[in-house]
Amino acid sequence: MRDDKSTLYDLIWPELGHFALILALVFAIFQTLIPAWGVFRQQSYWQAYAKPLCLGQTSALLLSFIWLALCFLTDEFSVAYVANHSNSLMPWYYKVSAVWGGHEGSLLLWIVILAGWSQAVAVKSKVLPLDMMARVLSVMGAISVGFLLFLLNTSNPFERILPSIPRDGSDLNPLLQDLGLIVHPPMLYMGYVGFSVAFAFAIAALWSGKLDAAWARWSRPWTNIAWAFLTLGIALGSWWAYYELGWGGWWFWDPVENASLLPWLVGTALIHSLAVTEKRGLFKSWTLLLAIFAFSLSLLGTFLVRSGVLTSVHAFANDPERGVFILLLLAIAVGGSLLLYALRVPKVHTKKGFRPSSRESFLLMNNLLLVTATLTVLLGTLAPLLVDAFGLGKISVGPPYFNFMFVPLSLGLMLLMGIAVFSRWKQTNMSAVATKLWWTLLITALLGLVFSWGFGGRFSLWAVLGVWVSAWVMATTLLDLFGKIQKKKGGVFASFAALNRSYKGMLCAHLGVAMTALGVAMVAEFASEQDVRMAPGQRVEVGQYQVEFLGTQPFRGPNYVADRGHVRLYKHQQLVSELFPEKRQYRVRGSVMTEADIDAGLFQDIYVSLGEPLAEDAWAVRIHVKPMVRWLWLGALFMALGGVLAILDPRYLHAVATNMRTSAPTQGEKQRAAETSGNFNPEVLS
Amino acid sequence: MRRLILGLPLLFALVLAIPLYWGLDNDPTELPSVLLGNPLPGFELPDLQQPAQLRTFKDMPAGTPYLVNVWATWCAACKIEHPMLNKIAQSGYKIVGLNYKDDLQSARNWLIDRGDPYEFVLFDEVGVLVIDLGVYGAPETFVVDAAGKIQYRHIGIVDETVWTKELKPRMDVLSTTTLAPQMATQEVKVHDDE
Repeated sequence: MRDDKSTLYDLIWPELGHFALILALVFAIFQTLIPAWGVFRQQSYWQAYAKPLCLGQTSALLLSFIWLALCFLTDEFSVAYVANHSNSLMPWYYKVSAVWGGHEGSLLLWIVILAGWSQAVAVKSKVLPLDMMARVLSVMGAISVGFLLFLLNTSNPFERILPSIPRDGSDLNPLLQDLGLIVHPPMLYMGYVGFSVAFAFAIAALWSGKLDAAWARWSRPWTNIAWAFLTLGIALGSWWAYYELGWGGWWFWDPVENASLLPWLVGTALIHSLAVTEKRGLFKSWTLLLAIFAFSLSLLGTFLVRSGVLTSVHAFANDPERGVFILLLLAIAVGGSLLLYALRVPKVHTKKGFRPSSRESFLLMNNLLLVTATLTVLLGTLAPLLVDAFGLGKISVGPPYFNFMFVPLSLGLMLLMGIAVFSRWKQTNMSAVATKLWWTLLITALLGLVFSWGFGGRFSLWAVLGVWVSAWVMATTLLDLFGKIQKKKGGVFASFAALNRSYKGMLCAHLGVAMTALGVAMVAEFASEQDVRMAPGQRVEVGQYQVEFLGTQPFRGPNYVADRGHVRLYKHQQLVSELFPEKRQYRVRGSVMTEADIDAGLFQDIYVSLGEPLAEDAWAVRIHVKPMVRWLWLGALFMALGGVLAILDPRYLHAVATNMRTSAPTQGEKQRAAETSGNFNPEVLS
Repeated sequence: MRRLILGLPLLFALVLAIPLYWGLDNDPTELPSVLLGNPLPGFELPDLQQPAQLRTFKDMPAGTPYLVNVWATWCAACKIEHPMLNKIAQSGYKIVGLNYKDDLQSARNWLIDRGDPYEFVLFDEVGVLVIDLGVYGAPETFVVDAAGKIQYRHIGIVDETVWTKELKPRMDVLSTTTLAPQMATQEVKVHDDE
């Protein structure tokens, strides 16, 4: 292309990706309509088309995605999207990740992931009766149609710049040239879009009118895995912001961060209420509503990021026309499903009571707190828009509001979590565990006081509370585990191995929550930060450390030049580590980036970044000490692991075997449910 | 009745959709400054023409509203904006320039070549005042009332439309309220009919 002897082939090959995208749209339209027709006419012949059509759509999308990646790798600057987000000097891995570095490509990734989830449902559909699979894939196809129309009409990634092809691209936003960003959006999208499966199951349940324990069992693994991805995605985003933005912050209550937190909170509530629906047949309509809202909030998140109605560090694309289109999609998807909900849900109403001390009521409280937290964050995020829309002026809602509302809610949630692990379905004998719990509460409170005071060197109420609830959750979770192990015969390890995986998953995720909370409490209360002017050779004291600045050296990266600082870290005159923070200037865009360097540790991070150059080789150097900041992300890792562990439970794996023999799964479900919960007999509604 | 309750989530979603739709037509970059209604931050900066003379808040035009315009010679948009500033100055409004991270000589040449609409220009070489003002980038223009309080912030080029629709009405309202200084502290609301 760059030598002027371009052939016709050179000119048209990127169009193949465009063509594949249109093909995917055609497949998606058929995937929506044909199975739906089959359900309507009750003909399994048409219903069975769902699977091959889904495969067709997925393949076409994958092809188009690979094509776009090829355009990036071959520096095909006749494609506008490539020209705007790449540069021939960029290393190959950033060229690949640049595929989702802008609006068009990240939307394509969104759709590809949606197709991937649909395909996963199709592959795993042996558990499902045919008509249910047809409904689910039809709903997912419809979502795909909406987004493909959006992509092709307003944000085509294969838009060409012809005939005057740019010589070189204008480079990827340097903020995005980073390992964290290669993985952060795909993870986040896996989570966002993963909720579409639970959503599709909910719509399918409303559509069929069959809302039984089987439905909850089908939805649970999908919800868990999506939630696990979302957890990882959010954690990666926070980690990326921490080391890449150069401020040493890990959460900013930025609208786009909130947009990812909202589906996470509702998703967490959904996981818990699905448990009640599956085990006890309760909360059915509530669970449905949560499933609808989890995905609706994912869509809202996409809307907020892609329309630019809120200002945010993430607002890369800002185009009102796109906004109108996405809002329309949002209105159809959310409005339509909620309308369906309002009209159809009375059919699946159940009446069954439960006692206040039962696990059901603990999970209900969990849901109430999580939903309150969601509404709080939603309100804070949209308040600037609401207030402005009603002509009351411009406001901005900052961290003080969110912290004020969110921290007490989280503390309450965690206190409850500790008691809830001991609760049993239907009714709990609370007096049996009460003494143990009081002692634990007291000991962990003392631990909170001692630990936070000892570690932070001063009294801080919030740190004490934070450490206390974290220790409380850890202690109660482990106590419950030991209790369970004691009851079993055989050795400790054998008994542990014998526990079911969904229980282990729960333990793991709850410990993760406690770890994250511990990290939050410590870093929020005891982080210290210093901005100092440092000349080469100068030393400053930061806590127990001496920081020595040795000056800067010019450094040349593939597509940037940098001043690379050299900093030595001493503890009691012993060299602990050497850090090389950079101030980079990216050549093409001319933007300046601060690349911090971090001495990471399990209990403490030392974070050094370069500020402005001052006179005589001196620099403004920013030094942060962040106690236990790693626990934040480590906790998230545990949570995600817990989510994955829970779906490996034989209960879900065996469900495949039980249901394969019969096309009416409710039979098998009925038996299994009767086996697992004694006298419980779920009524089948249709 | 139950059906009505079940419709509540739908109603909730619809209510939320209104501001979202409204928000689309709105430019999120039209940010209010946190300083709105607050006095200009304190400063001590050299004058562009006589760097030996340090200008402070006391030198700012007294008893009349004025504009503070952030500009630089490296800023391409400022070139487009400059003729409009000349026009505004000619019609009798006062503008104080805030030159941002610039070269002293090229800034002086700029004013010789393009005309000087400013009462005086503050030379902010490292960006002290600019950062205190929370400036995103040049050009940016602030409306300051007679009491020295920031009343409005415009990000981007001031052209004919911005001047007649956003800035001039505010300046005019502020001049009439000058006689009652306590009035000037309230935020002036001007209806933009766009």
